[in-house]
Amino acid sequence: MKKDAVPQDESSLSKKNIKELCYAVDEAGNYTTVLSQGWKPKALAMELSLQDIQERAEQAKEGIRNGTLSPIAYFMEINKMDLNILAGYMGMWRWRVKRHLKPRVFRKLSTRILTKYAEVFQISVTTLKNYTGES
Amino acid sequence: MTQEFVHYQSAHCENGVTSSLLRNQGLDISEPMIFGIGSGLYFVFLPFIKVNHAPAVSFRPLSGLIFKRAVKRLNIQMKRKKYRSKKQAMADLDLNIKKNIPSGLQVGVFHLSYFPDEYRFHFNAHNLIVYGKTETHYLISDPVMQYTTQLTPQELERVRFTKGTFAPRGQLYYPIHIPKEIDLKRAIVRGIKNTCRDMLAPVPIVGVNGMRFLSKKIRQWRKKNGNKKTNHYLDQIVRMQEEIGTGGGGFRFIYAAFLQEASPILNAPELREFSAEMTHIGDQWRDFAVNASRVYKNRSQQDDVYNALADQLLDLSRKEEAFFKKLKKYIKTLP
Repeated sequence: MKKDAVPQDESSLSKKNIKELCYAVDEAGNYTTVLSQGWKPKALAMELSLQDIQERAEQAKEGIRNGTLSPIAYFMEINKMDLNILAGYMGMWRWRVKRHLKPRVFRKLSTRILTKYAEVFQISVTTLKNYTGES
Repeated sequence: MTQEFVHYQSAHCENGVTSSLLRNQGLDISEPMIFGIGSGLYFVFLPFIKVNHAPAVSFRPLSGLIFKRAVKRLNIQMKRKKYRSKKQAMADLDLNIKKNIPSGLQVGVFHLSYFPDEYRFHFNAHNLIVYGKTETHYLISDPVMQYTTQLTPQELERVRFTKGTFAPRGQLYYPIHIPKEIDLKRAIVRGIKNTCRDMLAPVPIVGVNGMRFLSKKIRQWRKKNGNKKTNHYLDQIVRMQEEIGTGGGGFRFIYAAFLQEASPILNAPELREFSAEMTHIGDQWRDFAVNASRVYKNRSQQDDVYNALADQLLDLSRKEEAFFKKLKKYIKTLP
């Protein structure tokens, strides 16, 4: 990459005033470092990933409204987690967490386990318990 | 503090932390140097492991490996610890701060408050340095940031003990002995040999073979998974390739910078040509990202866009194969 070809596109980085370091060559072909404030294809990839999460969260909400999923499914998605990560934080097997996604099982969960979920999601137990998928 | 800590910004966190720790201990060594000596250039495709709901593609070896190799090849002694107890992990860090030893830490990105939201995914292989403490905050030198930052003890504990793949488990490391004489030449040659071996490994998922395998998969994805999923997969590849920390082009530019820097040290002018060629390959990786982004932006329905991307990747694998074969041969001729 040539020094003057280092992209300076608007991105989430430029909004937070963060610049990242790039290695690029100058006119004489020597490597130097240049700061870049973002690149479109990359910003787009990022944006799509976030959109993807939004979509997943919406699906989870719908599931909660239909009574096919428990609130855990929604909070897992908005925390950008999947079953593996959540199981890691909970210190449980994956299949147990998966079971807790069923409303029937969720309703019977002990306060101890619910508190742990709430801690992981950084919300209160009541919020977790009473989440209906509306907002 | 008696000795002033100097913050260096770098492209990649792990090289950056390593180089910054050593520089602050008086050994002047650049980020690309660490990257090259630690054989940081890599490619691996793990179709059976899902990260963010997409098959895992990585342009770097396992976290910690670059660091481990680099210090070993430079004959530097490092202390490295993992913890079960959060309390012990924080106590050891405080002890280091008291002794005025800046420490490298492996952390998860998701809870790092100073990062923009878009970057905060559950990615556990980030590295930063803690170099001091005020009454309320730890002083952080995160190598991908322009300036130093701060975290509260609670935040720091949280990022040190994130869970999931490659959980950091509070990992802490710092140099304990740096030899006076460093044989840079030998370390560089070993680093380059290792990279050639990695990239040409006779394993289907690693190095140029891995790229070929991925190219084949891209062709199949659409039929198997539909457009939406395929686009998501592509978008994840681009993120791994270009996201903060790679210096662009999946580390190819940092590697080119390393080859250039190594050239006068080894007294090998040819390495400069190798560097230029690597730069060219890096540019083509950038092109690949641009084309992939076009595909997921337009949500094109045709078969050929995917085939075109796969062809491009195949071409890259051929170029890199030729490059590393040539480099391997050349490095053997050096004394």
